[in-house]
Amino acid sequence: MEMLETPLSKPSEGSAGITGYWRTFKPVINKSKCVKCLLCWIYCPEGTVIRINDSVDINYMYCKGCGICANECPTKAIDMVLEEEI
Amino acid sequence: MSLKIKDLPIEDYWLSGNPSCPGCPASLGLRLLMKTLGPKTIVVIPACCSTIIQGAYPKTSANFPILNIAFAASAAAASGIVEALELKGRSNVNVVVWAGDGGTVDIGLQALSGAAERNENIVYVCYDNEAYMNTGIQRSGATPYGAWTTTTITGKKEHKKNLPLIMAAHGIPYVATASISYPIDFITKLKKASKIYGMKYIHLHSPCPTGWRFPSSKTIEIGRLAVLTGTWVLYEVENGIFKLNPPSNVLIDRNKRKPVRSYIKIQGRFSHLTEKNIDELQRYIDRQWETYLKLLSIGKIY
Repeated sequence: MEMLETPLSKPSEGSAGITGYWRTFKPVINKSKCVKCLLCWIYCPEGTVIRINDSVDINYMYCKGCGICANECPTKAIDMVLEEEI
Repeated sequence: MSLKIKDLPIEDYWLSGNPSCPGCPASLGLRLLMKTLGPKTIVVIPACCSTIIQGAYPKTSANFPILNIAFAASAAAASGIVEALELKGRSNVNVVVWAGDGGTVDIGLQALSGAAERNENIVYVCYDNEAYMNTGIQRSGATPYGAWTTTTITGKKEHKKNLPLIMAAHGIPYVATASISYPIDFITKLKKASKIYGMKYIHLHSPCPTGWRFPSSKTIEIGRLAVLTGTWVLYEVENGIFKLNPPSNVLIDRNKRKPVRSYIKIQGRFSHLTEKNIDELQRYIDRQWETYLKLLSIGKIY
């Protein structure tokens, strides 16, 4: 008898869809102010602050716009910009 | 040597785009937990927010094995996994329970106490968001005095249950408190716990924007204020030796602690508190500190 396929979930990004659509405010990094302390990277609940060596970027596909990165940035290098203004 | 943010691995096993609320401390906690312990980890999760934020079939945001289990059974299930791994001769796998405060201080306490008494080789992490957030913000044993929840609409009348000290009373090898706002402290404690044989308990304070009624950007800020006001105390009990961790170790002097008012005024769940209630909270915090100072003076508490 053939085995039925088990209803097993597979690990994947976006298990709740494109969560970037939830955003009202978008974090924008001002690279000239960034001191590469990586606090935004370690504090991001989603892991959407991407770390490339010591510099950071944001994965807008899944960033929910919670604003923790902007709130915690010691040099205020991240601005929260209303989505419509972009 | 202290750990630095730059030294932490880039790999994440907790994936982006999961269904957690914006600013979720449980999502951040799971991300840090897996970043620290790596892929050779089996996580047991009872009913809590983390059951939901794994995502719905056919996708899951967890790139590591999870056993979802009933509320009361998490520590018992983890005990079984540990025994099975030992029989199979696999000693290099971490068995972790990741449970909310309801599943730890209330419903899961019996299984947890049993596992602690048997000294099972488990890392038990309770992420404490101080209410049953998953089911709609009902009060739990970990909800602090005065806090609004949907079942304490005029504010909770009782104080928070001090579970880390209850766990220390079991005489287990390692008990620690941590805060989501101090990730290096949390990661250091996790690393230390994963190297010790026996029952390890870490209580992680996790401010919840949805249940505590504050903007999602303030999660870390509020967690930090909880520590700086002395409401949440960072300490560890390693083989019975009680030790305060920074920044709590400099808050021994009462004048260095911020007034509790600065912590509660930015949370909607405390917005109805009167001056009398705030004084009661402050008195409770000072009483708790007297206990910790006594423990500190004893040094080896078991």
